[in-house]
Amino acid sequence: MKSSVLIRVAGESIKKNKMRTLLTMLGIVIGVGAVIIMVAVGQGAQRGIANQINALGTNLLVITAGASNTSGVSQGAQAFNRLTIDDAEKLKREGTLFAGVTPVVMTRVQVLAGGTNWRTTINGVSTDWQTVRDWQTSSGDFFTDNDLRGMRKVALIGQTVADNLFPGVDPVGSQIQIRNEPFDIVGVLAKKGQNAVGQDQDDIVVMPYTTAQTRLSGNTRIWQILVSATSQQDITAAQQEAAAIMRESHKIGDGDDDFTVRNQTEIANAAQGTTKIMTWLLASIASVSLIVGGIGIMNIMLVSVTERTREIGIRMAIGARGSDVLTQFLVESIVMSVLGGAVGLVVGVGGASLVARFTGWSTEVPIAAVALAIGFSAAVGVFFGFYPARKAAALDPIQALRYE
Amino acid sequence: MPNVITSDASPTPVIRIEGVRKDYTMGDNIVHALRGVDLTAERGEMLAIMGASGSGKSTLMNMLGCLDTPTSGSYWLDGIRVDGLNRNQLADLRNEKLGFVFQGFNLLARTSALDNVELPLLYDRAGRWKNTKELAAEALRRVGLDDRLDHQPSELSGGQQQRVAIARALVTAPTLLLADEPTGNLDSHMTVEIMSLFQELNDQGITIVMVTHEPDVAQYCKRVVEVRDGRIKRDHPVEDRHNAAADLRQLLATEPEEEEDPGIMVEETV
Ligand SMILES: Nc1ncnc2c1ncn2[C@@H]1O[C@H](COP(=O)(O)OP(=O)(O)O)[C@@H](O)[C@H]1O
Ligand SMILES: [Mg+2]
Repeated sequence: MKSSVLIRVAGESIKKNKMRTLLTMLGIVIGVGAVIIMVAVGQGAQRGIANQINALGTNLLVITAGASNTSGVSQGAQAFNRLTIDDAEKLKREGTLFAGVTPVVMTRVQVLAGGTNWRTTINGVSTDWQTVRDWQTSSGDFFTDNDLRGMRKVALIGQTVADNLFPGVDPVGSQIQIRNEPFDIVGVLAKKGQNAVGQDQDDIVVMPYTTAQTRLSGNTRIWQILVSATSQQDITAAQQEAAAIMRESHKIGDGDDDFTVRNQTEIANAAQGTTKIMTWLLASIASVSLIVGGIGIMNIMLVSVTERTREIGIRMAIGARGSDVLTQFLVESIVMSVLGGAVGLVVGVGGASLVARFTGWSTEVPIAAVALAIGFSAAVGVFFGFYPARKAAALDPIQALRYE
Repeated sequence: MPNVITSDASPTPVIRIEGVRKDYTMGDNIVHALRGVDLTAERGEMLAIMGASGSGKSTLMNMLGCLDTPTSGSYWLDGIRVDGLNRNQLADLRNEKLGFVFQGFNLLARTSALDNVELPLLYDRAGRWKNTKELAAEALRRVGLDDRLDHQPSELSGGQQQRVAIARALVTAPTLLLADEPTGNLDSHMTVEIMSLFQELNDQGITIVMVTHEPDVAQYCKRVVEVRDGRIKRDHPVEDRHNAAADLRQLLATEPEEEEDPGIMVEETV
């Protein structure tokens, strides 16, 4: 039979059983739709993370404790807590390609003002932090080197903290209580909004690292040292220089690094790696529904073969080969699953944009996912249609004609 | 490749079977459905196979129709050796040489008369047929249904459905038309109508073999073969052959009220 005729025959048989076909297709529609939405959300998150990390600051290098393996994941327990203020100061002193160097001390605290409570993150940094993170103030000014040296109890707060503790008033000049110590607010940081993974970047309190380490009890170790290179072209050289200074500071040889210097691309890749795994995980869970949809197709095709035994007998009597019958039923199940896949694609793309609208996440449907969804649903049609089709093709024409 | 007999001086018979046996194994039992059948049918014959239920008529028809192969013995269809062919070769042979008409019409439900008749043309492997729709319409014209092309089986009377089935059997210009009790589901009026059509086609040179229970129907054929217990018991020409067209005219003259109303939509589905 010509392929155009085959498609026509399949189309007619599908038309004759509209309701059943629609319900069967629904399984594939949901499967493909779910896969596309999952991939779109994951892909959007990956893209968002990349954008976010690029927006972290200009020409940023991040130094963390612990050696890294190739995938950028820190390992080696002995390496923890090995970043010191001396490291940061040495980098600041000896670096020739750095625009700024700041240690970052991080701790979660409860902040109090006028009877209101707010839980947020303290970043203890040096004055270079403003350059490195490229972050302006919307009110007041950044703390000074004097504040840093004097371990003064001064702080800048992010917009979210300001909104919650000082609604409607300029907090500059007011005080906040952190672990029973009063801190003077010297500035409010300009609003930055959410980052890619939905964290509110404005939920932050910034103070001199000296103050953080002396005035706040608890774990106030140096989390990371941020360095910004003087220019984009110098990034690699700056990265090497930072590593060399760190080795000198730690008095270690070339291969024994107990720290890692990453540039933005490397950080982006590491962060995206996690999301990539999440995306694949979600997509694989979603594709289970595609398989369930395929089983639905197989079920209906088996019913269809039994119901149409006589039709198969007639076709064989007038000259259809087993292969003609096989192809007919296979084409039918492929048409069904590909149609389902196409509708699922529309549902998925629509669903992804709905998700984007209602959650504020960015979503992105990659072309590869579209091709994969259509290809995969066709494969489902072939895989789950083959057994029923082969059953049909193997029928004995005499028995089939006699079937009631 | 099937071997073609060319040695005969006389034209190749349409059917030639020699010593055909067919056994069915049912568990430990063996049913001998055919116990050595010899039969030859020349071009242009109109042959009725008769016999009691269980005598082996259908088995013989299945054999002749290349739906089944004999346990032993030989069968040449239009000079082509059939026994020993595989499933695909049998399918191709059915498409090329045979037309089937069944007792239960066996049309595809919810499929127009035109599409039903077109079907055998679509399974042709040699690509002989180009304008298949037109050929199907032409075949329906030959059976007098040119005004019913778009009707589905459920919208046609039994006699009309059987005529669609005959058109489907004719459309590939087969060497042999096989009919297993073609009038078994029809009333006497429609039976005469269908037999008149068969006689007309036979006059045009089509070889017809049919199974029937009814002596009246056999009376329209040219030759009768009687089967009993898997053997041919009698094989004789029909004396005083009836003319179905004349009988039909007579029927219409005596009972004009019972003329088949082609407008009736019968609500039964195949
Ligand atoms: N597929 C089969 N399996 C077993 N026995 C069969 C089969 N087909 C026919 N028979 C047996 O073969 C004999 C002849 O059957 P059949 O050719 O159908 O007779 P008829 O058509 O004359 O009524 C019967 O005894 C029947 O039971
Ligand atoms: Mg029978």
